[in-house]
Amino acid sequence: MSSVSPRSPHSAVPAEAVPAHRSATFVGMPPFPDAARAATRDSQLRHNLRKATHTIRDKRDTVVSELDDWSELRAAGKAIKDRTLRHLDHYLERLEEAVTAAGGTVHWAADAAEANAIVTGLVRATGERDVVKVKSMATQEIELNEALAEAGITAYETDLAELIVQLSEDLPSHILVPAIHRNRAEIREIFRDRMAAWGAPAPDDLSDDPRALAEAARVHLRERFLRTRVAVSGANFAVAETGTLVVLESEGNGRMCLTLPRTLISVVGIEKIVPTWSDLEVFLQLLPRSSTGERMNPYTSTWTGVTPGDGPQEFHLVLLDNGRTDVLADTVGRQALRCIRCSACLNICPVYERAGGHAYGSVYPGPIGAILTPQLRGTASPADAALPYASSLCGACYEVCPVAIDIPEVLVHLREEVTARPGHLGEKAAMGAAGWVLEGERRLGAAQRAASAARGLVPRRLPGPGAAWTDTRDIPEIPEESFRSWWRREGRHGRAETEGPAPGQLRDDPAERAGRGEDGGR
Amino acid sequence: MSTPQERGEFGTQGARPGGGSRERVLARVRAALADVPAREAPEDVAVPRAYTPAHGQGATVDLLVDRLVDYRAHVHRVAPEELAERIGLALAHRRAHRVAAPADAPEEWFARTATTVVRDGGGLDVAELDGMDGVVTGCAVAVAETGTIVLDAGAAQGRRALTLIPDYHLCVVRADQIVDGVPQALPRLDPARPLTWISGPSATSDIELNRVEGVHGPRTLEVVIVE
Repeated sequence: MSSVSPRSPHSAVPAEAVPAHRSATFVGMPPFPDAARAATRDSQLRHNLRKATHTIRDKRDTVVSELDDWSELRAAGKAIKDRTLRHLDHYLERLEEAVTAAGGTVHWAADAAEANAIVTGLVRATGERDVVKVKSMATQEIELNEALAEAGITAYETDLAELIVQLSEDLPSHILVPAIHRNRAEIREIFRDRMAAWGAPAPDDLSDDPRALAEAARVHLRERFLRTRVAVSGANFAVAETGTLVVLESEGNGRMCLTLPRTLISVVGIEKIVPTWSDLEVFLQLLPRSSTGERMNPYTSTWTGVTPGDGPQEFHLVLLDNGRTDVLADTVGRQALRCIRCSACLNICPVYERAGGHAYGSVYPGPIGAILTPQLRGTASPADAALPYASSLCGACYEVCPVAIDIPEVLVHLREEVTARPGHLGEKAAMGAAGWVLEGERRLGAAQRAASAARGLVPRRLPGPGAAWTDTRDIPEIPEESFRSWWRREGRHGRAETEGPAPGQLRDDPAERAGRGEDGGR
Repeated sequence: MSTPQERGEFGTQGARPGGGSRERVLARVRAALADVPAREAPEDVAVPRAYTPAHGQGATVDLLVDRLVDYRAHVHRVAPEELAERIGLALAHRRAHRVAAPADAPEEWFARTATTVVRDGGGLDVAELDGMDGVVTGCAVAVAETGTIVLDAGAAQGRRALTLIPDYHLCVVRADQIVDGVPQALPRLDPARPLTWISGPSATSDIELNRVEGVHGPRTLEVVIVE
């Protein structure tokens, strides 16, 4: 698939043979309103998302309410990240120093192209053609797999959900569980039809029992883990003081990748730093409970440089900017860099629950994606300019955020930025038109009469500049008669008079009054 | 934006991580932080640490057992003199013929088992480890509240691959290694060592967000607590 529209219902897997090692891309995705409109009509998708998000919400609630100091942990997590971000240059240099002292090599990448070139070069230097990967948002963001494929290197995703996405040439739709939009029956079909093209096939009698599906993934990847000599990972945290990298995971695929290969390359966003080893006491409590709703995830690995005789003997850390310094420069938007990628905001969001992750057109979906993507990529494209509007501003995301990112505040801030752009045709255009209509009493009356007369003919979407407004909203029902028209007919002689307005309220004809108002009568 | 090649940062031999990118990223970071007063030190950004080191959720060992069982680990509590017998019973129940153990695991652990114990000082390759019926180790620290066992490749633990490749892990935890909460565990651990925090057997939540045990790591975790 060169460009991908939101998946159609029940079309898990095309029947044709798999051209291996291709993957989908978010490039060319329609803006959120169009993508969301299609996604919300997909009843299977909505069912899968509703089930999954409600399951995880309940689990999170249970384990968070176990800790009576959750709000204190949250305040500490926020402050530690703020300290880091306000002095990021200092901590980046400390991290580099500590990793280097422990036998690792640090590389700096200003953008995706540089990061991909660095990783490709490092893999080439090993002479290997295959790499195993631990799930990593940063490498998704820079589309590393595609860059490696161009260099003839195959990247094998090993996280179960990433494997599902890779096998089905799909796109990730969730930060934590990229295949959240797939149910067990769809996953079985993908495994049965696609595994053979990538390695060990799925058993013929594979059922859709999650245990059987997990077993199939184990068998499929086992040999790959034992023989692949290069791994690529991200990291959840990088400790500046000690040079320690931290990866939280569940399945053991992370441990396999971080332990068995000879060479380990970790691509890590510059905002992943925490200052000290003891700061982890906060995040190792906040993250598992917020993300998978567990007291602790099954496996957490930490490593510092290289350890002779244990694990990879060559370690490279690639520090990635790729727009993060633009986010940092915005004193309101900066808080988005506190994000620890737990995905609690996705799971709680009523918009995400209905639209799904693909509609956001980015590896970062949901509320955090709606503030992170437009800051990382800018708001020049229609897709990115639409993202700050992909929210009802209900604030649930802020409530659950373990590092207290005020997502609604940043959304409103970004909306201001979008509307300030020259040529913005959204609400600015609609408001401009509204101003002209509301300015004059006669024009308003004429517009209302015209609207009432045409109410049977109104399309679901407005044409021209108004289209941007109806992209995100349904046009409200137009009443048969306007209030002003009703008042003119009934106001003086009808019910209004018998009930009588209270003293001090309107006694004159409101139409005339409006005509005399500050803004009228011109 | 120009490509790295256009900026001359990479040679024709492929990517060469240039100092140019380092300085450019750091310069961008500093420019982005123009609002931060020059005299502000990192420590000037206050971090309120009003959270508690542990949550008083129960007696330490009871709590650890409760959490481990919740993760579907098999748990036993024994007196020191019962340990060897308990290990022997566990390995027999597992029908393990050959298990791996770190070279420095105490000899007395295996005094009451018929299972062959293969000592690893780092010499076993992945295929040999894959052929084992299990592995028996100790640990560095255990965290009761979260049901977590931490391995640091120290005494009686071996290198990381040893506890990763075999499908069955029997872990001996001494009562004095157990702390209540995560904040009490970190000071006991040396970040320079490779650490593995284990909370139950390998699992995934990737299918409909329900936890299912058993993917790539050991699918059975058995814990013997010695008190």
